[in-house]
Amino acid sequence: MSKSSFKINMLKFVNILGPMIGLAVVIIIFMMFELPREKVLTSGGGWKNIFIQTSVIAVGAMGMTLIIASGGIDLSAGSIIAVSSVLGAKLATMGHSSFVVIAGVLATGTLLGLINGAIIVRFKMVPFIVTLGMMGIARGLAKWAGNSQAVNIGSDMPSRGLVDGFMGVENIKEFFPLPPGVWGTLLLAVLMTVVLTRTVFGRHLFAIGSNEETARLCGIKVGLNKVMIYTIGGFFFGLAGLMMLSRLGQGDPSTAVGKELEIIAAVVIGGASLSGGSGSIPGAMIGVLIMGVLAQCTQIVGWPSYFQEIIIGIIIILAVGVDKWRHKQFSI
Amino acid sequence: MEEQPAIRLALKAITKSFGPTQALSGVNLSVKAGSSHALIGENGAGKSTLMKVISGAHQPDSGEMILDGKLFQPKHPVDARRAGVAMIYQELNLVSDLDAIENITLGAEPTNQCLLDVKKRKSMALTALEKLHYDSMPLGIPVAHLTIAQKQIIEIARALIHNPKVLILDEPTSSLTRVDSEKLFRTLKELKSQGVSIIYISHFLEECQEVCDDFTVLRDGATVDQGMMSDRSLGQIMTAMVGRDISDIYPHPPDSLGPEILSVSGLKGHKKPNDVSFTIRKGEIFGIAGLVGAGRTETLRSLFGLDPKISGDIVLNDRKIDNVSPSASLSNGLGLVSEDRKDEGLLLEQSLADNLTMTRFKPVSRWGLISSRLQNKQTLHWMEKLQVKANHPGQSISQLSGGNQQKIAIGRILYHGADILLLDEPTRGIDVGSKAQIYQLICELAREGKSVIFVSSYLPELLGVCHTIGVMNRGVLAEIRPGNEWDEHSLIEAAIKSIPQKA
Repeated sequence: MSKSSFKINMLKFVNILGPMIGLAVVIIIFMMFELPREKVLTSGGGWKNIFIQTSVIAVGAMGMTLIIASGGIDLSAGSIIAVSSVLGAKLATMGHSSFVVIAGVLATGTLLGLINGAIIVRFKMVPFIVTLGMMGIARGLAKWAGNSQAVNIGSDMPSRGLVDGFMGVENIKEFFPLPPGVWGTLLLAVLMTVVLTRTVFGRHLFAIGSNEETARLCGIKVGLNKVMIYTIGGFFFGLAGLMMLSRLGQGDPSTAVGKELEIIAAVVIGGASLSGGSGSIPGAMIGVLIMGVLAQCTQIVGWPSYFQEIIIGIIIILAVGVDKWRHKQFSI
Repeated sequence: MEEQPAIRLALKAITKSFGPTQALSGVNLSVKAGSSHALIGENGAGKSTLMKVISGAHQPDSGEMILDGKLFQPKHPVDARRAGVAMIYQELNLVSDLDAIENITLGAEPTNQCLLDVKKRKSMALTALEKLHYDSMPLGIPVAHLTIAQKQIIEIARALIHNPKVLILDEPTSSLTRVDSEKLFRTLKELKSQGVSIIYISHFLEECQEVCDDFTVLRDGATVDQGMMSDRSLGQIMTAMVGRDISDIYPHPPDSLGPEILSVSGLKGHKKPNDVSFTIRKGEIFGIAGLVGAGRTETLRSLFGLDPKISGDIVLNDRKIDNVSPSASLSNGLGLVSEDRKDEGLLLEQSLADNLTMTRFKPVSRWGLISSRLQNKQTLHWMEKLQVKANHPGQSISQLSGGNQQKIAIGRILYHGADILLLDEPTRGIDVGSKAQIYQLICELAREGKSVIFVSSYLPELLGVCHTIGVMNRGVLAEIRPGNEWDEHSLIEAAIKSIPQKA
C-alpha cells in the first residue's frame, strides 16, 4: 500500500517532471552558447523579457488546456486574439476609457468562444471543423474592422495608460518589477490549476474528455459544460488579445497568425492528450516557457529562425513519445 | 456425390482458457461438406470463443482442427479466410460510406497494372450477388442507406468472394424481419447446394430446426450433445442446453418486501422498448430476462433518461415523473450501471477515486474545492465495503480486473445514494468469484431496503437471486412471474416464442 501510494505520487510528479526536464535541458544547452555581452538566461532582465514575450501564448494555453482536456480543439485561437485586439484598438482610438476597451476586448473573445461552443453542441459538429470555420471568420472580421491595416492608439487617447501600463517594461536590466500583465498571468495559472483539479467543473471537464458517454450516464450535463468550456476558452483568447494590444500598442489584424498551433504545441508538450482526458495547466505553462526560451535564445545566439522551428517540431514529437513511454513504465 | 458426405471441418478436444477462466474445455464438432450445422448454447456457453478459434482470432490451448483432411491451424483471421473459413459477425462490418460493390470487394480489389480495375471489380461483386440469387441490390449508393437485410447480403457476398468452404453466421437473424429471414434461409440452402458448409449460431431454436441438418450443443465450454436435427425435439435440445443444477453461489434474497416504490406502465422508446409495464417494491430484486436485442438495455436507458421516452408513465414514490434525464434520475434516487463498462460505465484513464465520486463531489469537498484526501478516504471506505482489490484510490481504474471495476461502477451509484439500482448485465465478463460477491452484494442491498432491477442473459443467476422475473421479447415485457414460478425452460420459451405483433 505505501509502496504503491509512493508510486502514485511519483506518477503525479512525473507528469510535470517530463516537461520540466525538457525545459531544464533547453536552458542548460543555451547557457552554454550564451555570449557574455548579451545575457538572457543568466540575467533577470532576460527572463523578464521571456515572461513578457510568452504571456500571450501562456494565457491562450490556459484556455486551450481546458478545451483539449475536454476532448476538443480550438483552431480559431489566433484569429480571436487578432480580432479582439483590433476591436480594442478601435475602441481606444474612438476615445473610450480603459475600462471600456478591456470590457470590449474580453467580450469579443468570450462571444466568439460561445458561438464556437454553441454550434459544436447544438449541431453536434466536430470542433475541428467549427473552429476552422471560426478561424477564417474571426480573421476576416479583424481585417474588416481594421480596414486591413494596423490600428494605432494615439498617445493622447484616454486609454493610452492601459497600453503603457499593462505590459509596459520598466528597468529592462532587472527581473522586478514585472508588468501587471505578467503577474496577472501567473495568478491566473494558479487559479486555473485549482479550477481544473479541485472544482466540480474541472473534474467534469476531464470526465467528458475521458469518455463522453460515461459522463452523460453519470448525469453530467455534457452539452452545457462544453459550451462553457469553449466560452471560457474564448475569454482567455480575448485576454491574450488584450495583452497583444498592450504589448504592441496597436491592433494588427494580421497578428497572431498560426498562434493557435503554437498554443496547441505548448499544451501538448505539457502533457495533454489530443484525445482528451488529460492535460494540466502547470504542464502547459512549462511548455510555453520551453517555446519562449527557444524563441529568445535562438535569436540572441544568432541561429536562424528556421532552427527554432525545427527544434520545436522535434520537441513536440519527443514530448508525446516520452509521455507514451512514461505511461507504460509507471503503470501499476 | 458420395452417399455419406465427407467431413469438411472436424474439431477434436479443443480447449482454451483466458487467465483463470476456462472458456472451452473439450469441444468436439464435425461439420459435413455441403451441410448446415447449428451451434447451440446459452450465452456464455463458449460459442463465440469457439467461433473465434475457428476463424483464427484466437488460438486453442490444446486439441486440433482438421479442414478437408489437413491440419488447420490459423494464426490470424486472414489465414483462416485463405484456407476457406469465413465468418460473418453479429455486428455487421461494413464501411457505411462505400457502396455495395466497394464493400463486397473490399481488401480484394482487382488491379490492372497498379490501377483499380473497376470493370472487373463490378463483375466480381455481381457474380457474388448472383450466387446469392440477389439481383435487386441497389448499387452505387452508400450502404448506410440500405436496409439491414441488404447489408447482410453484402456481408455474405463479401465472404463469397474468397470462395469459402465453411461459412459461419453468428445470430444472423437477430435484427431481421421474418420475411428477410426467410430470404436468408433460401440463400443458405442455395449455398449448401453449391457445396458450402454452414455453421449457424442462433438463439432461435425453431430457426435452427428449419435451416440446419445437424447440431452441436455447447454447455460450459464443452460439447454435451450432438446429432441430427431431425432426431431431437426442441425440448430435448433445451434440456441439453440448460441441464445444470443451480449451485449455492446464490444467496437468499430477503423475504419481506416494503411498499411499492416504482411503477412503470406502457413505457415506449424510439425503437425499443415497445411496451414495458411493471411495478417494484422496496427491497425487491426484479430480474429481466430476454435475448440479446430484445430491448432490455433500452428499457433501462429510457427509464434512466439516457434514451428519450416516447410514451408511458413512470411513477416513483407516488409521484409521476414527467421529465426524465440522467441528472434528474440520479437526484430521484435511480442509479444505472451500464452493461458496457469500458465504453460507457467507467472513465478508464481516471483514478478509482474520480470514478467513484464523479456524480457527487459535495461530500468530498471543502470550501467548494475538491479534496483528494477526502476523495481517497471515501473511496477506501467503499473499497472495503465492496471488497475491491486495488492498491490505492489514486490508481487508474484500467489496471483493475473486470470484477473490481464493476464493483467500483456499482459503488458509484451506492455512493451517490441511489435507492433503485438499474444493473445491466452486472456480471458480464467477470470471474465466478467476483460474480458470487456481486450476488451477495445485491441481496445485502435489498435487505437494506434498496430495490434492484437486474438485467441478465445468464438465466441461472436471475433464478438464483430475483424475487420476480419478467421476460422481454422483441421490445415487449411480455411475462412477469415470481422467481420461483420460472425455470430455465420456461424462461427460454418465453424469450423465443413468437408473440403476435400489436397493430
